[in-house]
Amino acid sequence: MHLMYFTEQPMSAYPEAEGRDFGATALMLSNRFFDPVAGSRLYNEYLEHYRLAEAVGFDGIMLNEHHNAPFCMQAKCNIFASILAAATTRVKLVLLGNPLPLADNPVRLAEELAMIDMVSRGRLVSGFVRGGGQEQLAAGVNPAYNRERFEEAHELIVKAWTEPGPFRWEGAHYQHRVVNPWAVPLQKPHPRVWIPGVLSKETIVWAAKKRYPYIALSTAIDATKKIWELYDSVAAATGYAGGPEYRGYLQRCHVAETEEKALANAQQFMWMQGEFTGLAHPVWSSPSGYFSPSYRTAFVEYAVGRRSNPRGAAFEDQLRDQQIVAGTPKTVIPKLRRLLEETRPSILGFWASDGFVSNEDAKTCIRLLGEEVLPALRDIGKELGLWSPFEANAPVSLRFPEPARSAAARV
Amino acid sequence: MTSTTITWESETVPIAGAALHVARAGAGAPLLVLHHDVGSLERLPFYDALARRFTVLVPSHPGYDKSERPDWLRSVRDVAVLYQWLLAERELTRDPGRVSLLGLGFGGWIAAEMATMAPRAFRRLVLVGAMGLKPERGEIADQALLSYIDYVRRGFADPRVFDRIFGAEPQTSVLEQWDLNREMTFRIAWKPYMYNPTLGRLLGSVATPALVVWGREDRIVPLECGEGYQKALAHARLEVLDGAGHFVELEKPDELAQLVTRFVTEA
Repeated sequence: MHLMYFTEQPMSAYPEAEGRDFGATALMLSNRFFDPVAGSRLYNEYLEHYRLAEAVGFDGIMLNEHHNAPFCMQAKCNIFASILAAATTRVKLVLLGNPLPLADNPVRLAEELAMIDMVSRGRLVSGFVRGGGQEQLAAGVNPAYNRERFEEAHELIVKAWTEPGPFRWEGAHYQHRVVNPWAVPLQKPHPRVWIPGVLSKETIVWAAKKRYPYIALSTAIDATKKIWELYDSVAAATGYAGGPEYRGYLQRCHVAETEEKALANAQQFMWMQGEFTGLAHPVWSSPSGYFSPSYRTAFVEYAVGRRSNPRGAAFEDQLRDQQIVAGTPKTVIPKLRRLLEETRPSILGFWASDGFVSNEDAKTCIRLLGEEVLPALRDIGKELGLWSPFEANAPVSLRFPEPARSAAARV
Repeated sequence: MTSTTITWESETVPIAGAALHVARAGAGAPLLVLHHDVGSLERLPFYDALARRFTVLVPSHPGYDKSERPDWLRSVRDVAVLYQWLLAERELTRDPGRVSLLGLGFGGWIAAEMATMAPRAFRRLVLVGAMGLKPERGEIADQALLSYIDYVRRGFADPRVFDRIFGAEPQTSVLEQWDLNREMTFRIAWKPYMYNPTLGRLLGSVATPALVVWGREDRIVPLECGEGYQKALAHARLEVLDGAGHFVELEKPDELAQLVTRFVTEA
């Protein structure tokens, strides 16, 4: 198993009432409510949490980014990946990931990622995402070409990593007369690419066709099983067998010394989902052209208030479906066993705290996970044969059917 | 206005490999009517009124309503070229000075681009609440930030007219079409949003007499853009209609039809 620590880096230090009065805490909620003094404190607390996660035994730190919203104050995952490349020594730096369509220069991203890979001595896992709907607006990027830009930027980055320059790129969305970045990744054939997602079938199919592991972001167990059915069927049609090394899952999981405290803190997972301050705006979260045409009716009705958020569910439902797991180490382990037995992922991210969970409670949670939960899960993983891509020496991709290794080790 | 029923016919014209839907009615000099970014209802009293004096052609823009989406289309100038193609295909521009252009909102931008491409080809140019020019002081409303209903409502001075035409709560099928049209608008007019920074300069070549009409309460495209068109075009007059917003043809169909008819038919 590959066990990762994750936080959204919530920026809860802002006047909540302002968000409620405005009606949404996304995109257009004024950044005059951002408090840089609290921001500076929180960034440093999160850095402390990441180092603690490495110290207590996590295998990886998962990073992401979002824009114009308090639920996530990490605006560039490559920046924290750079910090952690130097501030940690062992953990994989798993970026899930860089929102490719938001980039106007994917070659620049390829360079940044190569630098992170070299500074971290080959610990980079470079995931790619489409970016949220509102982020297309925050970046001024055309939502109607989101998927085309995602696919083209990915092709360009992999080529920049794997083929000697200079070469020329004349694509539909990116044109570069000279592609020849001096820095290239330490890992060969190239750093592993994992693809996270939550809703779009197109992304699952795309990842499976590339033979990239797919990381299901906190979906309900039944929905997760459907994702693996689809992934495995595409894998079979592509000519390989799906299985645990292609399956990742991000689990909201808060542990504390008592059941009561864990449940109370787990309520904070709803903080970014609209129950407390409201995350999504029904229009800004789903600009035309961004979502899959097969969901057009659902999103159109959501946009005018005729149905609830297709992405949302109540706290109690999420507890029941195990989209949120909370308790003492002793009570969460059987629940996580059920998740592993039923969906068989080898990559498991722990989204451990959210919202207003205190610094002390967040650290206690990381410590308890590391000391009590992770060892139990490693045993369960062995028992169930859940070998991670690293343990299984899985290929980087269909195109590069070999594991990623340091260029130093290969020479 | 007479109540004679107008007979509309429609045809599908292949232009640049995509099927363009064109509705047609009436007789007389040809008038190409270009609709808004949200598309158009098939029949409007305003279209009927025009068809009593002109051969009216109302195409659905490529990728809007009943017209097929050309995936490669990238700009409003591309659309303008497709309409030049359509007119040439129908031999309407063989003799200059026959066809007149009437552009509503977003369609006004397309009409203005067409005029710059052929400065003497058209008889008359009518722009109503046209996008296409960058406002100096205000902003063109950003539909990406507004729900389908709120955006269209914003285009009316009188909310009751919206209710009468679309219903207070439009059906989901209507919203889906607005979404498809919005997606197409994003595909061709995302950045800069709803204007062409070079259009103002290019309009200097246009010799065609132009009428610029604006609803005084247009909250989609500010009136200053109407003033901008009047200044940029050599032979333009600006008419501002009270009690109308952006969708002048829906709120003041008779007044607008009379203005257009008089302007296009006068010697």
